[in-house]
Amino acid sequence: MKISFNHNYAAHCESGVTANLFSHNGRSLSESMAFGIGGGLFFGYFPFIRVNYLPLITYRKYPGGIIKKCASRLGIRLERKKFHSPQKAMDELDRALLNGHPVGLQTGVYWLPYFPPAMRFHFNAHNLVVYGKEGDTYLISDPVIEYPVKCDYRDLVKARFAQGALAPRGHMYYIQEQVTEADIPLAAVLGMREIARTMLLPSAGLFGVGGIRKLAHQISRWPERLGNKKAIQYLGHVIRMQEEIGTGGGGFRYIFSAFLQETAGLLGVKKLNNLSNEITLIGDRWREFALFASRICKGRDNNKNVFSNASLILIECADREERIFREIKKDASSWIKNHNERAVIHQ
Amino acid sequence: MKMQDIPQDDKILNGRRIACYVLEEDGKYIVGKSTGWDPVNVANIQAWEYIYERIDQVSMDINLGKKSVLAFYMEKNQMDVALLSKYVKLPKWRVRRHLKPSVFKKLKPDLLERYASIFMTSVDELLQTSKVYTSLEMLKKEKKIKE
Repeated sequence: MKISFNHNYAAHCESGVTANLFSHNGRSLSESMAFGIGGGLFFGYFPFIRVNYLPLITYRKYPGGIIKKCASRLGIRLERKKFHSPQKAMDELDRALLNGHPVGLQTGVYWLPYFPPAMRFHFNAHNLVVYGKEGDTYLISDPVIEYPVKCDYRDLVKARFAQGALAPRGHMYYIQEQVTEADIPLAAVLGMREIARTMLLPSAGLFGVGGIRKLAHQISRWPERLGNKKAIQYLGHVIRMQEEIGTGGGGFRYIFSAFLQETAGLLGVKKLNNLSNEITLIGDRWREFALFASRICKGRDNNKNVFSNASLILIECADREERIFREIKKDASSWIKNHNERAVIHQ
Repeated sequence: MKMQDIPQDDKILNGRRIACYVLEEDGKYIVGKSTGWDPVNVANIQAWEYIYERIDQVSMDINLGKKSVLAFYMEKNQMDVALLSKYVKLPKWRVRRHLKPSVFKKLKPDLLERYASIFMTSVDELLQTSKVYTSLEMLKKEKKIKE
């Protein structure tokens, strides 16, 4: 059985799945819009949570949060389920497929056989869409892979019940109804406001711009606190979290910028274009940080101050981003008001 | 970043491409395709080196009789005791005990079966100590990373 499903290639798994599922149900949405409406941009640095012996660093919000918020902001009901029993989880998946619904799954990357071998780490918040089943093989649209792929029952069970941090516990979701009317510009401003608010929350250096500064501060102290070898390992970890599969470049800054640009067009607000341009430039700085950090990892830069120099770039990014988020937070309500007034006039 | 600036440094993706957001000439965003970027490759290869290093260390310990083969499979699958204990649904202290050769030797078949199915191998393979080296060689031969 096979549901006709449009596989659209995306930079990030969850926003890609969201966009593809919504598009399938009659509400065509670009990946960057799904990302923004779902309030996907985030920064978190939680050194007390370890993943493969390394501190948890994330550039996106908690898994499942993007699609959840995106659905509620567009007024779409999302069927979400988690399971204790793998058997039940797979049966339920088959049932949903039989009913003609492409199903989104949260999975662990490590057990997915089609993933590039070099990327197979224990990371449990990967999303994909199952759109059919042939015998014991599931047809999968994984947004970060260029083409649709296949996966055996056995591997898929393992991936759905991967253990460890952010264990998916068979999490699956699908949309039952057709999506008709949705106020995209309004949803976009709400998403943007959520991002601005969380990034500016006082967090004792755990998340948001404060988290970026905290990370920067810690990076400059890593060599003396951890020794050179471990410091380099940690720095490599930061690069991977920021740039490896799934961020679209610059730790999601480019996707976010694309989202602001598209919203600017929808709302007719020029200022958003300017903010988008600024975010692009900040994204470039994040890329420069990655480049700089990778040189440290290679041992090209043995200067004592390299770690502090790298951290200075991050502090600059944090400062520039803070200004942008303050602007968004300040103006969001007036954008919403203007948009609503225009909607009334149109009626 | 512009379309023509998209890095195409294929080292770890083996011809696969990932999406990245770039600007067109008129300043509009589009999705471009990249075969990889060197800074990421460096970080990725480095992460694998640490994993290989741990595996080598563990193999040495197994040869010296300090640890059971289970330790090798654990490292090969990038697990630690905490993660493995969640997969096998046992408390950590029991998994830790199973890492001792003397305890591992006496493990009941059904428990061995559970470990084997987690690591996607058979009990026989799990028990054959000599397999440690062949698996390791295999892992290196697989060369997840291009030279």
